[in-house]
Amino acid sequence: MKRLLCAALLLGLGACAPQYRATGDLGLVVERADGRLKLVESTHSTALASIPGLGDLSHASIVYSRDERFAFVFGRDGGLTKVDMLRAEIAGRVVQSGNSIGGAISQDGSLVAVANYTPGGVKVFDTDTMELVADIPAIGADGKASKVVGLEDAPGNIFAFSLYDAGEIWLLDMKDRTKPGLRKFPHIGKQPYDALVTEDGRYYMAGLFGEDGIALLDLWNPDQGVRRILDHYGRGQEALPVYKMPHLEGWAASGNLAFLPAIGRHEVLVVDMNTWREVGRVPVAGQPVFAMLQPGGRRLWVNFALPDNGKVQVVDVPSLKVIKTIEPGLAVLHMEFTPRGERVWMSARDSDQVSVWDTQSLEKVAEMPATKPSGIFFTARAHRMGL
Amino acid sequence: MKRLLPLLLLAALPAWAKEPDAARQLQLDSMLSQDCGSCHGMTRKGGLGSPLTLDAMRAQDDETLLYTILEGRPGTPMPPWKMLLSEADARWLVRRLKGENP
Repeated sequence: MKRLLCAALLLGLGACAPQYRATGDLGLVVERADGRLKLVESTHSTALASIPGLGDLSHASIVYSRDERFAFVFGRDGGLTKVDMLRAEIAGRVVQSGNSIGGAISQDGSLVAVANYTPGGVKVFDTDTMELVADIPAIGADGKASKVVGLEDAPGNIFAFSLYDAGEIWLLDMKDRTKPGLRKFPHIGKQPYDALVTEDGRYYMAGLFGEDGIALLDLWNPDQGVRRILDHYGRGQEALPVYKMPHLEGWAASGNLAFLPAIGRHEVLVVDMNTWREVGRVPVAGQPVFAMLQPGGRRLWVNFALPDNGKVQVVDVPSLKVIKTIEPGLAVLHMEFTPRGERVWMSARDSDQVSVWDTQSLEKVAEMPATKPSGIFFTARAHRMGL
Repeated sequence: MKRLLPLLLLAALPAWAKEPDAARQLQLDSMLSQDCGSCHGMTRKGGLGSPLTLDAMRAQDDETLLYTILEGRPGTPMPPWKMLLSEADARWLVRRLKGENP
């Protein structure tokens, strides 16, 4: 207990001075309804502290500074909060818009960008001072303000994002922070709803809600423009009602295969990354929200929208078969792997619980109470592109 | 007119469409803040979906709201909830959205 207390109070506080603490196994669990974060560590699967005062955390997401000392939390109410992982306290907070939907940290860690719904656009802040560096309104080619979604970091201190209403992809080049560069790709398809940057930082992919397909931009060759892949993957079938938008961010590749949640279908799409063609589908228990490969790529973990959101399915990648269906609790919202993937943490919102599972035995190894938990974010994200 | 037809069908729903009981009301409240909240915001100020503030809701007539909940809004991410909600559930939610306390 004393050890934990010291770990939570952390260095420099006299009595605990010899108890140095690093942050590599730390993480944050979002308690969305209470505007609070739970500071956790994944070595012993315990909670260390609670951090209140973050506003409306529905759909909150988090990125980390490259030293893994600070978290930047994007709240729904436009709040951008900097959290000190060692002191377990808020280190800075700006309410930068009326309504926001996530963000990203730049390659060099000096800038954090926030995607906004109202008013639509992107604001960029200095990660040290939290001062505003750039304010980019998102006015589409149609002259109207657009909600911004799928904001991701790309190599070269570039932020890539999509305009939901206008159907465009923009690249914001922040190499010179005094002269932000903007490159626009219009007519990429109807209603991009989320996006990802591949692990290697090369491709930006925006999923489309208004039509079947994905808009793909090769960031190594932006002059080639945006191309469409996986067009009409559901042709001839009526899509089901979508009770929760899928998330693309957990995406990763296993060999040449990538996995994407099919929108409005009880399927995960399997894509060959060499050709960008669909090479298979895995039937699953519901409409996938996250289809996340565990580090190493051996297994794929899938959670679902209502009414199947009490289940998680594990897919064996070599055989593309579901090998286990588990029920971690009610309303499973998110999954997060430990840095090397031996365990996965899951939040069950309506069970007020976070559980920890062994990815080999597929058994639960720990659990802890949390109030309406949603996203779980470990500091190892600091060193991954596109998160 | 296109809107009216389903409304008439709804009006013809059988008697099982009664007021949700206390347990169901709790579920519906939780759904409203959590599941509706994932697009409309937990404080209902809007997000990908439009704001569901009291002012916005009171500006709409009950039947429009009921129809939107049950049938969704084609061309937007608002899905038809009739697979998960009965008409009575939806009517109760409409009253809730308008700040009444059924």
